[in-house]
Amino acid sequence: MTGAEVVAPSTLRLFAALPGSSFREHEQVHGSLPTHSAPELIAAAEQAGLTGRGGAGFPMHRKLTAVAAGARPVILANGSEGEPASGKDRSLLTVAPHLVLDGIQLAARAVGAQRAYLYIPRDAVVQRSVAEALAQRGRQPGAVKVEVVTGPDRFIAGQETAAVSKVSGGLAIPRFAQQPVYEKGVRGRPTLVQNVETLAQLALVARHGPAWFRSVGTSAEPGTMLVTVSGAVARPQVAEVALGVEIAAALDVAGGPTGPLGAVLVGGYHGAWLPASALHEPLSNADLKKYGATVGAGVLAALPAERCGLVETARVVTYLAGESARQCGPCLNGLPAIAGALSELAGARPRRGARADVERWAGLMPRRGACAHPDGTVSFVHSALRVFAAELAGHERGRCTATSSTPVLPTPRTAERGWR
Amino acid sequence: MSPAVGARRLRLDPVACDGRGLCAELLHELIELDEWGFPLISPDPVPPELELLALRAASACPVLALRLVPA
Amino acid sequence: MSPLTGVTAATSAGSPLWYFNRATGVVCLLLLTVVVVLGILVRRSRPIVAAPRFVVAAVHRNASLLTLVFLAIHIVTGVLDPYVSLNISDAVLPFTAGYRPLWVGLGAVSLDLMLAIVVTSLLRQRIGVRAWRLVHWATYASWPLALAHGLGTGSDIGAWWMIALTAGCAVAVVGSVAWRVSASFWAPEPIGQALSAAGARSVPPRHLVR
Repeated sequence: MTGAEVVAPSTLRLFAALPGSSFREHEQVHGSLPTHSAPELIAAAEQAGLTGRGGAGFPMHRKLTAVAAGARPVILANGSEGEPASGKDRSLLTVAPHLVLDGIQLAARAVGAQRAYLYIPRDAVVQRSVAEALAQRGRQPGAVKVEVVTGPDRFIAGQETAAVSKVSGGLAIPRFAQQPVYEKGVRGRPTLVQNVETLAQLALVARHGPAWFRSVGTSAEPGTMLVTVSGAVARPQVAEVALGVEIAAALDVAGGPTGPLGAVLVGGYHGAWLPASALHEPLSNADLKKYGATVGAGVLAALPAERCGLVETARVVTYLAGESARQCGPCLNGLPAIAGALSELAGARPRRGARADVERWAGLMPRRGACAHPDGTVSFVHSALRVFAAELAGHERGRCTATSSTPVLPTPRTAERGWR
Repeated sequence: MSPAVGARRLRLDPVACDGRGLCAELLHELIELDEWGFPLISPDPVPPELELLALRAASACPVLALRLVPA
Repeated sequence: MSPLTGVTAATSAGSPLWYFNRATGVVCLLLLTVVVVLGILVRRSRPIVAAPRFVVAAVHRNASLLTLVFLAIHIVTGVLDPYVSLNISDAVLPFTAGYRPLWVGLGAVSLDLMLAIVVTSLLRQRIGVRAWRLVHWATYASWPLALAHGLGTGSDIGAWWMIALTAGCAVAVVGSVAWRVSASFWAPEPIGQALSAAGARSVPPRHLVR
């Protein structure tokens, strides 16, 4: 199967149960929690080719194996979703929390964990949904206790070591790790950090089997994923699509573009812009590679043609600079500098050296911090310089093709500026 | 080219690093400073003739951000 | 004059040991002043000292070790001197001395702090920066204690050169500390000057940035 079809509502997987389903209703739709053993679960994850849905796309079975090798491991289900343009984790936790909780229990069994943490945003709707779901389940026999930890509404709060730090009782900022989290994570214990969507997918794989999971998607990238379609589309929403679906088809699930598009942001704010000419491309890492993009966290933000991509990019990079944890010199100094120069490029007749400044500072960012925040930001900036090259040239001559100044990409500013 | 047995490389703790610059003064062959005063460190294994100097650079760091680790 | 009275006269006038004790005491004060001032300057030394930071740091370290050497002589000569009754233990146990217990005791406290600072500095890579830094703050207590000890026990206090020396050391330390806590301490160094002194370039060479 080529997976070119969008997952139709009748074959919805993650969203098969109705929103607000009780635990009983959830079990009626999906079946009860499978009783597979730990090796069976890890094998199923491997055969299904289940990869992380948090953005990095790391094979789940390898993480499970690494953590299972440690003593007294713990599970950290990451639903904090610091990405402003993404709403899939919130949706999943609101619409199908029981699948996530199932996934946590199965992952705990797979690695031999006795404790689990569910890391969620400080969102009232999500918190209530999670609390209700936990209350409905009560204490199942053999189930692992799940502790809910809420994190601050900051971009970096969902980063792996930041999540571990917050759950361990500290700030939600990245830590320079002497050892990887699968060896030493929450309170020094081997920790499986997995996105909530990945855990929910595991809950489905355990019930229906690897072959079922692979029946949609591509052979190299099987299964479905949640995408957050936003921007210039008729009905912005979180949708479940098969990997390998045409980007244009994914936009159509959300009602399609409201007008001609200039570009689409794929992945997230550490992702990449795709030109409007690339909308026929399949949503898969293999096909997006040539654009310097990955499917990432499933963000698909459509930029209307009347809005300037450089202005949007400069706005987002300014936001990203403000979201730095400010722990590492290059990020702390470099991101604001890049944001400033990009803002110049987004204006009329920018200073001659602005473009060279961006390139120089961008070159000083990769692999010099405790996390990939500067790296991802630079990747996003490079894609903008590529895709909006014509616009750049126009700005140099004092011309901008944009006719709208309405911001498209969200750049929230929370009242509190800390990471507690 | 795989590193020689016992070869070590420089590793920086970017959170601890404060841009003091003593490492670059002592080991300019392998460490340079960017325009904000933070080190750019060669990722390659430290050549044997520079090993002693690298150790000195690591111990000179006022915040102990620089270490020599197995390559 | 009998040989005995000759000896007594020589003792009461000041034995060689007592001279060494006073001399090494003065040298210690001078060295300690250098140590404290360099310790402050190492963070922002550019306008005053033209040497690279690692040199300033190394001189600071070596001066402190040299201080311990002179301190050792200072203590031994003080103990051996027959004019005052001091034991070795009085150097580290404060306020237990038979001679001017308060002032000698202040010296003992200063020495204890110095020993803690030096030992933790030598073991820095084992105990970590936070523990090291905590003990290192004790420097700011050790120096004034040493100064007070000198003022209380020294017999050269009235001499003009001693006053000038003490005043000079005090000005150097107080001035450095005042600069350290002022905002101008953190005024940015001229980037070019600082970086070229450290061998930096603003375009990183290919082999260092992939």
